[in-house]
Amino acid sequence: MFPLIRQHIQELIRYRSLVNSLVIRELKARYRGSFLGFLWTFLNPLLLLGVYALVFNFYLRIRMEHYAGFMFVGLLPWIWFSSSLLEGTNSITAGGSLVTKVLFPSQVLPIVKILANLLNYLLSLPILFGFLWAMGVYQGWPLLWLPLILFLHLLFIEGLVLILATINVFFRDVQHILANFLTLLFFLTPILYPLSQVPPPFNKWVKLIPMTQITLSYQDIFFYNRAPDLRILLVFMALSLILLGIGMFFFERYKETFPEKV
Amino acid sequence: MPPAVILKGISKGFKQTTLRRDYITLKSLFLNPFSRKGRPKEETRVVFQDLNLEISQGISLGVIGRNGSGKSTLLKVMTGIYKPDSGTVQMNGRVSSLIELGAGFHPEFTGRENVFINGTILGLSRKEIEKRFDRIVRFAELESFIDVPVRTYSSGMYVRLGFSVAVNVDPDILLVDEVLAVGDESFSRKCIDRMTTFKKSGKTIVLVTHDLPTVERFCDQALWLDSGCIQAQGEPRQVIDAYRQAVARRDDERYKEEQSKAASSGTERLISKDRWGNGDIEIIRVRLRDSRGQERHVFQDGEDILVEMDFQVNRPTLDCVFGVGVFDGKGTCCYGTNTDLDEVVLPPFQETGQIKIKLEQVHLIEGNYLLDVAVHAHDGHNYDYQSGCMSFAVRSTKKDAGIYRIPHRWIVEQE
Repeated sequence: MFPLIRQHIQELIRYRSLVNSLVIRELKARYRGSFLGFLWTFLNPLLLLGVYALVFNFYLRIRMEHYAGFMFVGLLPWIWFSSSLLEGTNSITAGGSLVTKVLFPSQVLPIVKILANLLNYLLSLPILFGFLWAMGVYQGWPLLWLPLILFLHLLFIEGLVLILATINVFFRDVQHILANFLTLLFFLTPILYPLSQVPPPFNKWVKLIPMTQITLSYQDIFFYNRAPDLRILLVFMALSLILLGIGMFFFERYKETFPEKV
Repeated sequence: MPPAVILKGISKGFKQTTLRRDYITLKSLFLNPFSRKGRPKEETRVVFQDLNLEISQGISLGVIGRNGSGKSTLLKVMTGIYKPDSGTVQMNGRVSSLIELGAGFHPEFTGRENVFINGTILGLSRKEIEKRFDRIVRFAELESFIDVPVRTYSSGMYVRLGFSVAVNVDPDILLVDEVLAVGDESFSRKCIDRMTTFKKSGKTIVLVTHDLPTVERFCDQALWLDSGCIQAQGEPRQVIDAYRQAVARRDDERYKEEQSKAASSGTERLISKDRWGNGDIEIIRVRLRDSRGQERHVFQDGEDILVEMDFQVNRPTLDCVFGVGVFDGKGTCCYGTNTDLDEVVLPPFQETGQIKIKLEQVHLIEGNYLLDVAVHAHDGHNYDYQSGCMSFAVRSTKKDAGIYRIPHRWIVEQE
């Protein structure tokens, strides 16, 4: 198991400049040809926020202080997570001639999608801060936890995507199941509502969802201005590392057959 | 010096399931996890069985063979895209493969951006690409289009850019799969030139192609693959000849098959694009033999060619003329004659018979030729005319021009 994982990582490091240029290509390609171009990176989350704010602030009238800000804090990492999962799962099967006609490590493809979406997330952070400050929600030292939280979240996503992308090569149903499953998971995760709103027997269960654990951490540092719950973060870290190990092993194990199956 | 490429005992098969049905669905797996019925049978289509191949350094090898013979799979195994089921692949040197030109080009991006990304995919660093960039663009002749999205490129421009990036990677071993045919003539000449300088600097080239003349002109060695087996490897001319003979034999068999099929479907058989006539007398079979009576389709220039025609009389008649014509690839008649012109007296034929014409010392220049055979009445009314019913090739060590080599000698006089 470990030699395969080592090989996986070594190849990624060797091809890092390729990962770099593909990530940049991915980001550029996203808005190429559109009139507003890169501005969409900032416009998209703002518009989305507008929609949610309209529905939950004015129609459903949720009683919570700075509710729109709270929602925005959880929504942005969720977008990173869900688009990475959807795009990453498809990345091998949609890789086309890159998989079948050229020799290069195929683990580059999923991570490119994940990193491109991470960059998108990072670029929308200034908007988040601006928005929170305008509401009077300020951050402090707990923000120093952000790199660690981002890193753990990245490991988690990468592990999950590697597994899903591999299965998707053999069972293309995965991509369709995933889209529906993500909708379910979105509402189960305390993004639109605080965890305290969940009644007693269920809130324990909700806490077991990894996405809840990481979302709580984001909310802690961005919204509540406090250090994240270390126990929760440790659990999430352990989970991410296990997932990543399995993902890398699984991916390496079946990688050689990708060119024949795609 | 160790050989550039060593393949030892390579076996490679593909699971037939992936070819017949694209993928098993989760649903079918859930519904009958153990049933064999819902799932296609796991068959393996074997491409290579214990294939051994060595290519010495500095050799350019042309791989020929008909479609589906495993040529491209061989390249993919060498590149490392496909892992063999068993056996070892050893490539001594940096490998660059052109299995698909411009694989990974993004249509929305400019030529410049794509050169950088394509170069990175092929294993170059940014600095290395910058150093080669001008050379790549100049070679592709795309100076004025380099900052335009490649989706606006013509397919020729696309190919030129892809080839240009791939050859400028400076590999030790270059693997090329049937890609030179795409560009225009001046560019494919340029590609060949480029590969020639490549060859001169001691690099190894493996070229998969259907363009036999290129193999003959350019390659030091040829390899003929058929159903994943190496049929022949060696001097290009000999390998190509053997391959051509096999192709001709197969054509011959197909022709025979069509004939026997047609024979069972009435008199309409004589009405087709390449065959017409009322069928009173039919030519059932045509064969070419050499002077030793061996059936052949490739002849050396100056050899005798015996044309043998089996015929069948459906309505006895005395009014009958047999003829043959030889045409070159452009459709020019090189020679044509018949029994009437040659004043051959034919006996009254009954049922079946055979007529032969011996073409002596055929000094046609090198190339491919088509044979017409016919039987018709004296007034030209056709019983059976078969146009291009047989093809044959003439090989020559001389590369003279024209149609037919007029017997000649040079006389030089010195004061």
